[in-house]
Amino acid sequence: MHEFSLGESIIETITSQARQQGFHHIRRVWLEIGALANVELEALRFAFEAVRENTVAAQAELEIITLPGRAWCLDCAQSVEINQLFDPCPRCGGYQWRLTGGNELRIKEMEVD
Amino acid sequence: MCANCGCGETEAVIHSHDPDHDQGHRHEHPADHHHDGLPHSHTHDEKRRVSLEQDILAKNAGFAASNRHLFLELGVFVLNLVSSPGSGKTSLLIRTAQLLRDEFPVAVISGDQQTANDAERIKAAGVPALQINTGKGCHLDAHGIGHALERLPLPKGGVLFIENVGNLVCPADFDLGEAAKVVILSVTEGEDKPLKYPNMFAAAKLMLLNKTDLLPHVDFDVAQCLDNARRVNHQLDILQLSARSGEGLEAWLDWVRQGRHAALAAQIDQLETELAAARAHLIHGGGTIRRSVI
Repeated sequence: MHEFSLGESIIETITSQARQQGFHHIRRVWLEIGALANVELEALRFAFEAVRENTVAAQAELEIITLPGRAWCLDCAQSVEINQLFDPCPRCGGYQWRLTGGNELRIKEMEVD
Repeated sequence: MCANCGCGETEAVIHSHDPDHDQGHRHEHPADHHHDGLPHSHTHDEKRRVSLEQDILAKNAGFAASNRHLFLELGVFVLNLVSSPGSGKTSLLIRTAQLLRDEFPVAVISGDQQTANDAERIKAAGVPALQINTGKGCHLDAHGIGHALERLPLPKGGVLFIENVGNLVCPADFDLGEAAKVVILSVTEGEDKPLKYPNMFAAAKLMLLNKTDLLPHVDFDVAQCLDNARRVNHQLDILQLSARSGEGLEAWLDWVRQGRHAALAAQIDQLETELAAARAHLIHGGGTIRRSVI
């Protein structure tokens, strides 16, 4: 359940940004989470809602944008789509690929007033 | 307050929030506000969009970078050992530390939710060790390790083993500043563990298949297990050993020795860079002092 740590990090980041820039409320937060990232989205939403209480983000809604898994296949020398970390390259069936996207855990932006 | 990082803690403790105080509800988005989660511009004048583009784990990454810098300065090779509970991490660590401690300094940080049993076992074997209890926390983080280093003298020019909480999920995401994650799998577990917990095997540099002395007694397909691990991470180094019988230990010790050698080489490079910079200051920065002035 490391999603609680992730939730705490998100709240710390956005509330300190809001404070520094003089905003009183955070209304909405957009995350970019890779499809292959080591995170359970339901647990992350639960954690976010628990941790946001009594902060300027108490009313903030969470929007999660899922980014696709992409890999560079060394044998094909091409970018391919990967849906699981143990997937073969969809072109050649090999496993000699390097992940280039889909592992993101990023706070993209927030809506404040 | 901690002077290093400004936290309110004096000890390495990972906070855990009690979810019971949460209302447990999920907000449903109003129909007129549903944009498939994609960024969109608002017409409300009072609301503003602030771009952040920041990694969720940025704070941990900052602490990990500080730890890594300290390890580099002191020439310490640091390994983060991860596994499910019961894979034999502590027994392997004790055996490893006993075999290496006459060659160079060795120390251990052990992470568990409760008890100091592991650190006590390691200390009883004559190896400096410190226990971190994470309470309800499911992983060690770089901030906790930074505080642990205030209480455990680093083995300069040697090896620090960090025994993470037994958990094949959560520790995968948290960089502690280590040179490498070592994932330990024992033959009493399933050979499909690399597929079930792919993030951990993808994050590791070395996999140790432990308890090979038990292979005659269990249904464990070694070839299938190694194949599964390489499907997830084709660059993964894999060694097979038994901490109990000692079989295969020498290859693992050599792997550690090579890593320690690389850490010392990196320390020397760093020192030479600093030395060259200091010399450059002396030459170009008015370092020549006339005798008459003195």
